[in-house]
Amino acid sequence: MHPIPTLQVEGLSVHFDAPAGPLPAVREVSMSVAAAECVAVVGESGSGKTQLCLAVMGLLGRGAVVDGSVKFQGQELRGAPLKVLNQFRGATLSMVFQDPLSSLTPHLRIGAQLTEVLRHHRGAGSRQAWTLAARMLERVRLPDVQRRMRQYPHELSGGMRQRVMIAMSLLCGPALMIADEPTTALDVTVQAQILELLRDLRAELGMALILISHDLGVVGGIADRILVMYAGRIVEAAPVADLWRAPRHPYTAALLACVPALSGPLSSRLATLPGQAPQPAEVGPGCAFAPRCLRSEDRCRRERPTLSGSGAHQAACHFPLSA
Amino acid sequence: MSDAVLQVSQLNVQFGAHAVLHEVSFDVREGESVGLVGESGSGKSTLARAILRLVHCASGRVEWRGEDLLSSPPAVMRAKRRELQIVFQDPKASLNPRMSVGAAVGEPLKIFSPDLNATEAGRLVDAMLLRVGLDASMTRRYPHEFSGGQCQRIAIARAMMLNPRLLICDEAVSSLDVSIQGQIINLLQDLQRENGMAMLFISHNLAVVRHLCHRVLVMFMGRLVEIADRGALFDAPVHPYTRALLAAAAFSGAPEPAAEANAGERGCAYRHRCRHALPLCAASAPALREVQPGVQVACHRALEPGFRYS
Repeated sequence: MHPIPTLQVEGLSVHFDAPAGPLPAVREVSMSVAAAECVAVVGESGSGKTQLCLAVMGLLGRGAVVDGSVKFQGQELRGAPLKVLNQFRGATLSMVFQDPLSSLTPHLRIGAQLTEVLRHHRGAGSRQAWTLAARMLERVRLPDVQRRMRQYPHELSGGMRQRVMIAMSLLCGPALMIADEPTTALDVTVQAQILELLRDLRAELGMALILISHDLGVVGGIADRILVMYAGRIVEAAPVADLWRAPRHPYTAALLACVPALSGPLSSRLATLPGQAPQPAEVGPGCAFAPRCLRSEDRCRRERPTLSGSGAHQAACHFPLSA
Repeated sequence: MSDAVLQVSQLNVQFGAHAVLHEVSFDVREGESVGLVGESGSGKSTLARAILRLVHCASGRVEWRGEDLLSSPPAVMRAKRRELQIVFQDPKASLNPRMSVGAAVGEPLKIFSPDLNATEAGRLVDAMLLRVGLDASMTRRYPHEFSGGQCQRIAIARAMMLNPRLLICDEAVSSLDVSIQGQIINLLQDLQRENGMAMLFISHNLAVVRHLCHRVLVMFMGRLVEIADRGALFDAPVHPYTRALLAAAAFSGAPEPAAEANAGERGCAYRHRCRHALPLCAASAPALREVQPGVQVACHRALEPGFRYS
């Protein structure tokens, strides 16, 4: 018998109603994340990564129309009453946002913000909450915990704030953490520390992790599987090593070729992707990548390819690159 | 160095009592791309601004083709700005939202070539927009109508309008997606090849610096700790900070824990994070010294016979 996946998303679509017609941001995305697994979602700006996580968390505003199913530990979250959702969110289902400064309340001390989570979700008393919060900050290796807890967010560096955010999202022992570009605003040295921290915590706590990033390099060292998004759809899904070694979707291959390397031979020019990603309303009936694809044929513009392939490595392409 | 166009010596910048740049010395040669790397707050952007006199320097010299910019009278400095241009990180913030693209790109001509008639200036603007991969039909449009990558092309077009001899790029590709980043880097390389300008390229992305730059300056807490040719820096970094930076970028080694250093204190600023630190490192700050041709390092241990960093 297969165990129930921590997260199971089926046919999830998000669109926004605009005066000129609906603007689709996420299109029929299906994915599942097993317990203790780390799945990275990569794609360029506007590809729908963030809208996908917001839809999973049920955090989209009224303007968004969501379709499909989101099951967390077997329970359907779509259409669940707010009261039910709020039992999960911030507790067993947590999220870390890109910009730690704007996700912390500027006028509350760090300690107050952390203990609030435990008092709300766990009914902890203030002294107990303080002890637990301090212990969690030590665990994410924030230096000088007692002093930091009495400080305000602006008194901490970007790396320290992101550690606070991670500690906060871990307080109730989440089964799944969604981290949206958690290291984008940070220096490379700090970025490496945060990624390493996430990797260790995942192993320690058996927590599943969805890592959203625009940077293929960042996710390579930590994820088990990568999902590549383009124009709101998943165009390739594969274990990290397979994706790096032999990408099958031409978009993934082009994206990998654009990244300059830290070692190996130097090329005189960087590979580039011709053209631009399509606007949400511009996508036709065929493959959204076809206008920029060197391998595209007539069929690609007429007929949309679906995710297919052998085993864990799948690509949505009529003419995938061979392994 | 005789062929240096830009020579910075013992440059110090202070914000109040806080030393931001400390005794910074390096040069940039004609047609050369020099990378400047280091973490945020290390003083990279301040150095760029100090060279262009956009911040006040406490002491030191910035020589441009043999003439000191810091002591030049304002009128002379203004004339020099023609040859010294900068492209900033956030293209949207560096373009005036109320100025059309044509007006923004043409403004340098209006200031430096006031005699040029409007038709002639318009032709030059169109040609430059075309050169950076934009369309001449875009001149009447405004920055908000463009994507980040397109705005960065506009900012580059504006900087290139006067055919500068030094282009400073301050994190000019950092906010862009990888595919767009590649296009802008190729464009910068092409422009440099065409007009032979020198480039100071500031970035926290080491792979991009490796691709683009002939030499690299590594900055830590306002001091240059290593200056090396590209090959030497990436294949055999010497300074412990450079090594930690490269390891972090490759996400292969465990970087040292961040300890906060005090900028004003004596001694090597990196010693709090350094596993090779000696009592000597707390007593005096090491100066940049050549350890092999093309490689200068500011570390007491770099010249120790038989010593190896691990």
